[in-house]
Amino acid sequence: MSAGLAYALAGVLLFCLGLQALLAQAHVLRKILAVNIMASGCFLALVGLAQRGGVPDPVPHALVLTGIVVAVSSTAFALALLRRLAAESGRTTLDRDPAP
Amino acid sequence: MMALIAVPLALGIAGALLGPRRAAWLALPGIAAIAAAAAALVLEVLDSGPQRLALGGFGAPLGIELYADGLSALMLAMTAAVGALVSLYARQYFALAAGGERFWPLWWLAWAAMNALYLAADVFNLYVTLELLGLAAVGLLALAGGAVALAAALRYLLAALLGSLAYLLGVALLYGAHGTLALQELARVVSPGAFSALALGLMATGLALKTALFPLHFWLPPAHASALTPVSALLSGLVVKASFYLLARLWFDVFGPAAGPAAGQALGVLGAAAIVWGGVAALRQRKLKLLVAYSTVAQIGYLFLLFPLATGTAQGAALAAWTGGLLYAVSHAAAKAAMFLAAGSIVHAWGEDDIEHLEGTSARLPWSLFAFALAGVTLMGLPPSGGFIAKWLLLRSAFDAGQWWWAVAILAGGLLTAVYVFRVLRSAFVPSLAGRKLHPIPLGMQLSALALALASVLLGLAAAGPAALLEIGRTP
Repeated sequence: MSAGLAYALAGVLLFCLGLQALLAQAHVLRKILAVNIMASGCFLALVGLAQRGGVPDPVPHALVLTGIVVAVSSTAFALALLRRLAAESGRTTLDRDPAP
Repeated sequence: MMALIAVPLALGIAGALLGPRRAAWLALPGIAAIAAAAAALVLEVLDSGPQRLALGGFGAPLGIELYADGLSALMLAMTAAVGALVSLYARQYFALAAGGERFWPLWWLAWAAMNALYLAADVFNLYVTLELLGLAAVGLLALAGGAVALAAALRYLLAALLGSLAYLLGVALLYGAHGTLALQELARVVSPGAFSALALGLMATGLALKTALFPLHFWLPPAHASALTPVSALLSGLVVKASFYLLARLWFDVFGPAAGPAAGQALGVLGAAAIVWGGVAALRQRKLKLLVAYSTVAQIGYLFLLFPLATGTAQGAALAAWTGGLLYAVSHAAAKAAMFLAAGSIVHAWGEDDIEHLEGTSARLPWSLFAFALAGVTLMGLPPSGGFIAKWLLLRSAFDAGQWWWAVAILAGGLLTAVYVFRVLRSAFVPSLAGRKLHPIPLGMQLSALALALASVLLGLAAAGPAALLEIGRTP
């Protein structure tokens, strides 16, 4: 197994761990962290899968940089929303919903 | 082509810098400029076929390319038409309600993201536009303020992020296997097999979550029902169509034979379940805006019948499904935006959201109620509406393809829609007690909803135009 593939598999594992936490954790802060772990897993898979004959491929690096910018902005936005939610209602979870 | 992205983007930045009053003042010239650019692109595609533009003169592998075929042009025209009429409504709405100062920059940004998504020619730019659209849409939703809307916004944001990350993992697999991101290149090299199936499965799941396909629709009703009225119309009419477009684009243009009939049938089953489940849930709602939101869950189901009927079926059936499915997307965009605008006007006028307390609406808000009913005609699929032509094409395709079982879902969905639309109408035609207090709704707001509803009905009479457009650059 090449190093690239090992990184990619680790990335997929991180993605799955994040997904599990996103679904299982109730606190929104933990959900936001879980999404970040999923994103890191994605980036690792993106870079790991794109190894060609030991020569690093610059394209996925550029993609991952863009992806990190997107992930940081959405994390900031999610945190801001969570602060507003906590300030307005004292809630930090989403599970108690008005029934449909 | 560039103007379709640059104009709303510039307006969004200008709107954020200039402050609320001058931002609203930019709305009319902005709408006119975007609509003109969309019309020009449609004419260009009709005249000389698919258009390709390399930004800054850098071509595919290194630079960013924009590409517009008939499908892109139709989606851009739909966004421009529905976006323009909802914007006109919003100008008057925010004179009555708070939140207008931050609506415009976010809406321009969402518009820029949708236009960029319809023009993007590689899977990574599609990811970026998808994220931009998601963030702008959640921002618009959060404008409503209050704990319910904020919780709905957070849930929407988390669902949208999960959807785009699943999509991005699919992109990673595709790039790892084929070393390219361009749709055109990928279409040439993707071959059937377990790896393609995994990539498509990840992308399709992510996009189905973003499109709110049953059973991944849990985030949609609270989000669309708690948003401000123009925002509900934009989210329900336009934003969910963007991820649907992307899935159709990938499924038919990129994966082609790698997306087998079995996978198509699976999406169709979920679509049919959405039609029935969404329809029944809409029937059981007590609040008007929630009813309209669950109706969106049901109508989205129709769009997904495209996949079983156009995957591995005969040429004629596939063409009818392609045209019918996408015409349904356009009709639904206009009709659902109209329905949300009309419902929002009614709720605002009476100051309450209970379906059983609409008495007096027919006498006091006739234009809004007429818009609601006309939009209902399209969603039920009665002739001569756009919804009728679209459902008729889907039905014909179902029989041509020998997959009659989809016809049952198509017809059952129409009946369910009729029941919940008539439930609202019945309540609205009850005469009101003398002196029920009503906040007046400007005629302009009522008329922009009516214009959208009329457009969704008239689309049925002019369906040949969009159908011809959809033929240009078609793969399936």
